[in-house]
This record gives sequence, structure tokens and C-alpha cells, in this order.
Amino acid sequence: MRSLFYILTALAVIGLASWAYNENYKTQAALREVSELNREIAHLRETLGVLRAEWAYLNRPDRLRDLADLNFDRLGLLPLSPDQFGRVDQVPYPVEEDEIILPDLSGVIDVRGTLETAP
Amino acid sequence: MTRTPLRPLARILEARAKGENPDVIERENLRLRHEAMRDRERQRAEGRLLVIGMVFLCAFALIGVRMGHLASSEPAEPRAAATGASILAQRADIVDRRGRILATNLTTHALYAQPPIMIDKAGAARELAAIFPELDEAKLLEQFTGTRKFLWIKRNISPEQKQAVHDIGDPGLLFGPREMRLYPNGRLAAHVLGGAGFGREGVNSAEVVGRAGIEKVFDAELRDPGRAGEPLQLSLDLTIQDTVERVLDGGMRLMNAKGATAILMDIHSGEIVSLASLPDFDPNDRPRPLTEGDPGDSPLFNRAVQGLYELGSTFKVFTTAQALEEGLVGPDTILDTQGPLRWGRFTIRDFRDYGPRLSVTETFVKSSNIGTARMAVEIGAERQQSFLRDLGFFDPTPIELIEGPSADPLLPPRWSELSTITISYGHGLSASPLHLAAAYASVLNGGTRVTPTLLRRDAPVVGERLVSEHTSALVRQMMRETVVRGTASFAEVEGYPVGAKTGTADKPRSTGGYYEDKVITTFAGIFPTNAPKYVLIVTLDEPVETSGSEPRRTAGWTAVPVAAEIIRRTAPLLGLSPVVEPRRPDGVTLTSN
Repeated sequence: MRSLFYILTALAVIGLASWAYNENYKTQAALREVSELNREIAHLRETLGVLRAEWAYLNRPDRLRDLADLNFDRLGLLPLSPDQFGRVDQVPYPVEEDEIILPDLSGVIDVRGTLETAP
Repeated sequence: MTRTPLRPLARILEARAKGENPDVIERENLRLRHEAMRDRERQRAEGRLLVIGMVFLCAFALIGVRMGHLASSEPAEPRAAATGASILAQRADIVDRRGRILATNLTTHALYAQPPIMIDKAGAARELAAIFPELDEAKLLEQFTGTRKFLWIKRNISPEQKQAVHDIGDPGLLFGPREMRLYPNGRLAAHVLGGAGFGREGVNSAEVVGRAGIEKVFDAELRDPGRAGEPLQLSLDLTIQDTVERVLDGGMRLMNAKGATAILMDIHSGEIVSLASLPDFDPNDRPRPLTEGDPGDSPLFNRAVQGLYELGSTFKVFTTAQALEEGLVGPDTILDTQGPLRWGRFTIRDFRDYGPRLSVTETFVKSSNIGTARMAVEIGAERQQSFLRDLGFFDPTPIELIEGPSADPLLPPRWSELSTITISYGHGLSASPLHLAAAYASVLNGGTRVTPTLLRRDAPVVGERLVSEHTSALVRQMMRETVVRGTASFAEVEGYPVGAKTGTADKPRSTGGYYEDKVITTFAGIFPTNAPKYVLIVTLDEPVETSGSEPRRTAGWTAVPVAAEIIRRTAPLLGLSPVVEPRRPDGVTLTSN
């Protein structure tokens, strides 16, 4: 009985040790992956920041104004002025017709046909 | 263990036979046994002490080694900690009220050299001078061949330049990563943003610190890693700011002014939508402050915040509002405007003679100094001071710019009766255009105090009441009249009822007295008058309008047309749709003759 207990204890110790060993390696692998991902996130954020800065730089008012002037022939853009505002009741809506006249469809319309033999 | 008997029979018998006392043997044996027991106990105790001592020694040794390791090793962050958004700790961006970027960061490189490990010093110096035209080949070579072991060559280089330096291929030319502050819009809002530069520098990184403006005021907040990259949102609007700067720049040239400033502020919340000061500079390449001459001539000088000017007749709004508020006059009360008004040694004149008497409204519309002075005398120095103090003319503005607290208004050393009179029409007290904007907003938004801010406010702030709704509406009406038929007639903008007051003040000489031909002209107005939303201040420094037969310098001819153009261009952008004003009643209108 006593020797069985000793054997079981020894087995348990061996088992736990190998489990801890494996977990340790898994943890280290996970940490490596996390730091890898962090590096990647930082890199992507940096790229994002550069793209944002570039977007802001390309959209700076000076440049947009120059582009609008340059492409005036095609776009015809002018600064916004008060007379470009309108009220809703100034918009001419289409007048509603009294009734809708449909073409006479009482006759028989044959929409079916025979498929010609393919050439 | 075999137990030795205390009374061994053999010895007892032997002792008895010899006639000795057998008890002696027993005592002897007992003594021996006790001694043996004592020795055993001592041995065990000594063993235990030894074990405990070893344990403690190991524990202390472990702690000592760990402490020594911690003290001598580089600090490292726990790797498993959740890092989240603060992975890339950069200085926070600054954005406008709609989230468009005003300031951001860019990763660049700094170039440095370690002459001891350089191979071809002459060749490197020649090629560096070819890549960077501003570097001098001879000087570089001298530095490379001298005793220095380390030197910075360039603080910021572009990727193309970095590649070119790589292509030189010298192992002694090295790069350090740098974070650079970038203002993608160039000169836009330069005085608000201020600029940034490098603080402490190392090879692997450098601190970016704010040099001026909002970058310096919020330096700690912007650098705080706890922000996790959340940008600082300003109340400025990029589009409006650009439009205002552009119109102001054109106006400044047309009016031959040497400087100009404009402030567009939300009349209720005090949010500054646009703050422009010309001439300006590029915050990406902030110029050095002037070491000699007038700092006011430097492009770094923020006229809107730092410039202290006598703001002229624009102050009549405060005098009139206070007289109405105190119940001293009504809009139709007749004032004696027979000029000139003599007060001690001084004579007060109007721009031209407006006749012997005018109503309060007419005094305001025609901008009569004499009529305003009469109201100020009624109000008295004490009440005038307390009202102007409430409006903020006694303290620097609480604006979030590093330049703000230095702009302390210039008050008369002794507030005499004469001071009361001159200040009533804006002479003898110098304040910044921002002071004027805040005070106008406070009086005209319905009468509650407004504190100017550059940060976006989400909820409106209702300040302490300074004048009643009724007074505020009366003054707004008078300002509207001033535009319709008074000194600010050029401010009429179709679709937007503008109310305004103009101010023209002679510039003080540095030696005392005033210049004859140098003025500061100010436009102070609100729009739309019926439901005020924005207050606009435009100030031109030394303008002169030369289209007529003789040069004109009054605000009505200089600042007002510029301000009208600003309103015409910005009001649609601010989302104000034009309104058709009710037709003015026909009939008898008062005219001066």
C-alpha cells in the first residue's frame, strides 16, 4: 500500500513537471507572438499616421484652391456665396397629373416565341 | 538502542560483597545517562540552528542577488501586460472642430556622424555637401578630421535624403529615428498652433516640446501617454480659418496696412472659430524671435492676443449699453452735442460737427464723441470701471495660448474724470482685439458673460448676467442702424443683417503723443443681428485707402469693407442661410444736415 502511494506521488510529480514545462514554453511562444503583433500594430499605426498626414497635406486649403483654379474649365468651382442658398418651397416640383393614361393593353399581346434553332 | 541498566546486578553484587554502598553505582550510572541525554539534545539543537541559519543565508543571498540584478539591469516593461492603444506613444494630434488635422507627427531620421569609424572622410564630406546644399564641405571635413567623436549633421532628413546618404556607404554616417511635428496646412492658424521643436536629444529618440501657442500651453497633456493618442480638438474651423486669412491678407494689401488681425467667435459659447493675425509664419519652420527692434513687427507677434491697441469708438457700445442699463437714458433721449466740449485743458471734438443735439441712437450711429462723453459723465468713473472690469478689460484674457497672460491691458494710472470721458470713446485704455471680441459677445448675446476659448465646447455655457436682454437688443438695433445709415455702411452684406461699430484711433508714438497719419482701425460687428450667432473683430494696423482724391484712413473706408467681405465669404460656410429682412417702414427718416 505504502509503495503504491510512493509510486503514484512520483508519477504525479513527473506529470506536473512535464505539464509545467509545456505551459512554460507555450507562454513564451504566446509572449513572443504578442510582442510581434505589438510591433506590427505600432508599425501599422505609424503608417496610418503617415497616411493621415499625407491626406491632410494633400487636402490643405491652399492646394485645393489651386486645383480648383487649375480645373476651372472642367469643374467651374466658385467660392460659396449667399445666393447659392435656396428654400425648399423655391424648388419646382413636377405637377401631379390627374390620372395616368396607360396604353391600351386590352388586345392580346403575345410575348412568347419559339426559339430559333441555333446556327 | 540498548538501554544500560542503572543497577547492573553483577556490579551490585560485587559491591555488596566488598561492603560498599550500591546506591553510588546507581547514581553514577544515572549521571552518565543524563550526560549522554544532554549531549544528544545539544547536538540536535545545534543541527537545527545550522539548518535555520542556512535557510536564512540562502534567503538573504537570493534577495541580495535579485536586488543587485534589478539595480544593474535595464528596466523592462512586463511583457504580458495589456498594452492596448498606447503601443505607439506619440505626441497627440491637434485637430479642428470637425476633426481635420492641424498638427500631427511624422517619423523621420536624424543624421549623425562618428568620425573615428569613418573611412573616407573627404569623400563623405563632398557627397554630403552635394546632398544637402546648405552644408559646407570644408567645414564638414574640418569637423570630421578634428577631435570630435560624435556630431549631429542634420536634425530631420527625408526618406530620399536618407537613401542618398545610405548610398555614400560610409559606416561612420548613422541615423537616429526622430519624431517630427508636422503642420500639414502650412501657415494656416500659425499663431494658434505656435510650433514645436526638439527638447532633450539622444541618439535613439528626441523629445518633441511645444515652443509657443497652444502647443506650449498643452505641452504636458499632449505628451501624456495616458491620452492614448486621443487628439486635442480645437474650436477652430479649418475652412473658415483659411477663408478669413485669405480675405484678410487681400484686404491688408489693398488697404496698404502693415498688419491685420481678425477674430471670429461664437457669440454664445465663446468658441473662437477663426483667429488670424498677419503677417504670419510657417510653424514647420518657426523663425527666431527678433533680437532687436519692436517685437510687434515680428511675424511671431500675435496681434489678436498680444497686440494692445486703443480701440477707438468701438468702446461706445459699452458706454451706451451701460447708460441704457442704468436707466440714465433711453434710445430717444436727446443729448447735447454742441462742440467742442471743453474739459479742463482738453478739448473734445467730433469727426465733424453733428449739430447742437442728437438722440442717443443718433449719437451712436454717427459716433459722436461729445454725446458719448456726456453719457460717461452721467455714469461716473466708479460705475464705468466696475462695468469694464466685469467685461474683462482689467485682466489678461483666459485664452489657451502661452502669449495670453502677457497681454495685460494698459489702464490709466489714475482714473480721473477725463479718463472716464476719453475711455468712453475708446482712448486712454489699450486692450487686445480678443478682449474686445469677448466683451462684445458678452454685451450683445443677450447680456451674459462670455469667456473666449480655443477648445471645442460641447455644451453652451451661460455666464453671469452683465446687462439685461432688453439693453442687449437695443444696442444690437443701434449697431444695425450704424450699418444701414451710419459709419459702417460698407458692412451691408446682402442676406445677412450685420450690426457693427467702427473705431479709428491714432497710433501712440513711442516717445509720447500721437502720430498724425498712423491709425489703428477696428471693425467690431455681429451677424445676424436679429438672432446673433457670431461676433467678428477686424483690426488693421496703419491702413490707408488711396482710391479717392486724398488718402482715407477711417475705419469705415478700411476695416469695414474687409470685414464685410469676410462675412460674405464665411457666413455661407458657417451654415447661415441668407434671410430677407423685413422692409424698413416708409415715412419720415431722420437725417442729419
